[in-house]
Amino acid sequence: MAGAATRGRSGLDDYAAPTSLVEAAQLAADGPVTILAGGTDLMPQSEWGKLELTGRLLNIRRIPELAGIEVSGETVRLGALVTVTEILDSDTLARRAGVLVEAADRFASEQLRNMSSIGGNVCNASPAGDMIIPLLLLDAEAELARWAGNKLDSRRVPLDRFFTGPGTTVRRADEILTALHFPTPPDGFVGGFRKFGPRPALEIAMAAVGIAGVRDAKTLSNARAAFGAVAPTPMRGRATEAAIEGTTLDGAAIAAAGETAAGEVSPITDVRASEWYRRHLVRVLTEELLSHAVDT
Amino acid sequence: MPSTLEIAFTLNGRPARVSVAVSMSALAMLRETLDLTGAKLACGEGECGACTIIVDGMSVNSCILFAADCDGRDITTIEGLQGDSGLDPVQRAFIELGSVQCGFCTPGMIMQARTILDRHPNPDAETIRRGLEGNICRCTGYSKIIEAVQAAARG
Repeated sequence: MAGAATRGRSGLDDYAAPTSLVEAAQLAADGPVTILAGGTDLMPQSEWGKLELTGRLLNIRRIPELAGIEVSGETVRLGALVTVTEILDSDTLARRAGVLVEAADRFASEQLRNMSSIGGNVCNASPAGDMIIPLLLLDAEAELARWAGNKLDSRRVPLDRFFTGPGTTVRRADEILTALHFPTPPDGFVGGFRKFGPRPALEIAMAAVGIAGVRDAKTLSNARAAFGAVAPTPMRGRATEAAIEGTTLDGAAIAAAGETAAGEVSPITDVRASEWYRRHLVRVLTEELLSHAVDT
Repeated sequence: MPSTLEIAFTLNGRPARVSVAVSMSALAMLRETLDLTGAKLACGEGECGACTIIVDGMSVNSCILFAADCDGRDITTIEGLQGDSGLDPVQRAFIELGSVQCGFCTPGMIMQARTILDRHPNPDAETIRRGLEGNICRCTGYSKIIEAVQAAARG
């Protein structure tokens, strides 16, 4: 029993739980680390042998600089440690960036929402990452910090350039994702998120779609579309956005946008769904979201 | 050789001090080191809820929580749910309404039900169903579980 419980984690040779970002960054620069926030992906993936955890287990969950939701008139900052439950419970986010809260509501289960960090969801970089879709819609950037010999260095990477493949990102091994930033959406900004799978909870999406924009009657301007589980990474749908932008979204326009969306994604056939069905789902979910955006 | 560390936390209202391996899950710590076998290992990946415990007032899957991360926290397991005055109303309702068949999901189900009622003192069936999304039962079909949670809410 004990042996089974440590499979995939027997390479961990040390543990640290720093209480400042500087300390954590120095440790990350000091040798191989496995960064632990919520741990909801680390544990299962190391159990399956998908991940071999090595080096020092660096628990960043006690670093105050990584916590908190800050909303100003200009920008929203989500600390990397913000849990999906915190997002779900945030009245401010519900009012200003509702699509993020909508995705949180469909995320896993309550137990997993309580544990899962937004930073971890982004760094885990699942092609189906539920919280990544709304962040892409919101033009979010990831802030990464590292110890540069004598001080903290940080850089920001727009999320649509952050992912390089299933489970891989541009984050260097010695970098810690500290926060996600996005511009506070303007008044009139609407957004919706739909994921599809065999059950309403605890499921990795077969396909997920997010649509957002500034609504004026039956048009969306500054339109955004994002897709999950239908490409090697979560993606923005630039062709779909072009099809939506400024167009009067009647039945024909919505159908055309759905067609464009289905053609823009590159799903695969895997254990969860076939390629043709995923394309079908993208079309249906895109049409549903567009109808919903201009009809309510 | 996996590194070990000593952690200290509050367990069911009392201070606890345990030596754990870095790689150990909280569930393994509870079951093997502390002999608290109420929380169950079923899926082992946070997808069934059989291992649900309450940490700092929130329900979590102990099978995917690192034992080391329990340091300094406030932990309640099924063994600690009942107070000095007897069984928790949720526990009593499960027994009285016959909401237990094989019993394997029951400790996790009760812990999750407890947190639902802590936040929604008078939940409707839909709220209970949503709250129990992370707890799988293969035996009961859930109806009697939902009835038990509603009965516990009524007191």
